[in-house]
Amino acid sequence: MEKIPILKMGQFLLVTIQVDLYDRLALNLESDLVQMVSTTEARGVLIDISAVSIVDSFMGRIIGNIASMSKIMDAVTVVVGMQPAVAITLIELGLPLSGVHTALNVEKGMELLKNKILVNGEVPDYDDDEQYDDLDSTQ
Amino acid sequence: MKIEISKMLQKKKKQVLDLWMKNQLKDANLREDLMSNDELRVQSEELVDALLKKLTDENLADIESADFENVYEILSGISITRARQGFSPRETGTFVFSLKEALFETLQQELKGDPVALYDVTMKVNKLIDSFGIVTFETFIKGREEVILRQTDEITEISTPVIRVWDGILALPIIGTLDSARTQVVMESLLQEIVNTSSSIAILDISGVPAVDSLVAQHLIKTVSATRLMGAECIISGIRPEIAQTVVHLGIDLSNVITKSSLSSALKHAFSVLQLEVRKKQKENYSLKNM
Amino acid sequence: MEKSRITTTTNSMTILTVLNRDNFKIEREQDVVPFRNRVKEHAVKIGMGLVNQTKLITAASELVRNMLRYANGGEILIEVVSKIRENGIRLTFTDKGPGIENVETAMKDGFSTGKSLGLGLPGAKRLSSEFTINSVVGKGTVVTIIKWKNG
Repeated sequence: MEKIPILKMGQFLLVTIQVDLYDRLALNLESDLVQMVSTTEARGVLIDISAVSIVDSFMGRIIGNIASMSKIMDAVTVVVGMQPAVAITLIELGLPLSGVHTALNVEKGMELLKNKILVNGEVPDYDDDEQYDDLDSTQ
Repeated sequence: MKIEISKMLQKKKKQVLDLWMKNQLKDANLREDLMSNDELRVQSEELVDALLKKLTDENLADIESADFENVYEILSGISITRARQGFSPRETGTFVFSLKEALFETLQQELKGDPVALYDVTMKVNKLIDSFGIVTFETFIKGREEVILRQTDEITEISTPVIRVWDGILALPIIGTLDSARTQVVMESLLQEIVNTSSSIAILDISGVPAVDSLVAQHLIKTVSATRLMGAECIISGIRPEIAQTVVHLGIDLSNVITKSSLSSALKHAFSVLQLEVRKKQKENYSLKNM
Repeated sequence: MEKSRITTTTNSMTILTVLNRDNFKIEREQDVVPFRNRVKEHAVKIGMGLVNQTKLITAASELVRNMLRYANGGEILIEVVSKIRENGIRLTFTDKGPGIENVETAMKDGFSTGKSLGLGLPGAKRLSSEFTINSVVGKGTVVTIIKWKNG
């Protein structure tokens, strides 16, 4: 059985989908990923779909499920690199994936994950500190 | 004895051509500004040549004969170039129909003694040249339509300029009515440009859109949602008071969309999202340091 | 490929010319991806833009999924059709499944008898230029969609 590899990078899990998914493969990915979140206690999941040319309602549902499941396990899911044609089609299909965070590419996705996790508790007044730093350096 | 009309016409080719040229040249409306007399002669000769070469007594009555394919091709070519050069349909039509007169005149001279034959062949030639005329018009219109189609494409392209206003900020001013076809073009070029420049904020300025009805609003919301799916943020700016009024009266929900009244306030918002600041240079500081 | 010219009329009474036809059987889940690729090949051949291609293939994907889920597969006819000035792709999905009892309800967003989002039929309709559905309970369902090159 084919499998989509899941990479662990520090606190985050990284999945790059390189092939067109058929249903079973997508369902396996869903359960594998949730398992991995649990065993590694990951704080974030990053799914790169830049190589995916078709996302239909089934795939959309899987993505939504992964996001919701990770969320109750205290992990943030970010979907990155969606193709313009795929985005337009999903909207027309009626699937805006409103519960899912998105970013343009892996780099920005990582940045977003870091920010989300910081905002969610550990260093709450991080932003303010940075602003003060800025003022210091300009004066 | 039956005379072979086609052979006879082939022999008289030069006369036909001369007569045709004479007819064309004596026309007061001849467009010498668009085409010189020499060019006109070359064009006319090509057509007469092609026609008389293929003409037989059998196919004279059959306007759909495959023998005339070459003639129709030449006619189409002439018609399309004329449409592009700016000839009017009447001028192009006259060009073809004046050949009829030349042919009739020649036939009349040759068949003086045989009115029945003359009548018969006149009818056939009449039909043939009419069909030529129709082809000319069809291609003339087609030539014009191609021009229109090309211009439509150009207008669509020109009307969706995606501008990179700042590093990471794109702006797309929409001018004119938004319909489904156009929204698709707008959406596509905006999203593609977001990928190309990896910009995280896009501003859609609608101050040039004359009216926003529920359909246009739906298109706008779709664009905003698609941008969000790709991981960028979309701001709609240029909401004029009238537009705000219609939107609310129509009961359109824009609460999930960031809207700004002007492009500059949208830009300001974009700056604050990207944690950028624009401020005036402080000259005092500079002079203080120098003291 | 075989070039047959057959003229048919659709509901809107526009004359369609079929330029090319191709049959595809769906029996299991793994057939879906090759089928999508086949549709894509035809769409690319007539010069359909990327966005419309994606819409067509997504719609096809939804309908194939329905066929697999409710009727254990079926047959799809892929045709290149032409209307006056436009070319397009017509897909006809035929299955011998249980049929749909109430087509009107099935066409509503969010309605599903199975375990899905219920976006399949209405979503596919929104993504296509033309959409027709015929279903007889106990006999099967035929769904036809057309996507025009520029629409």
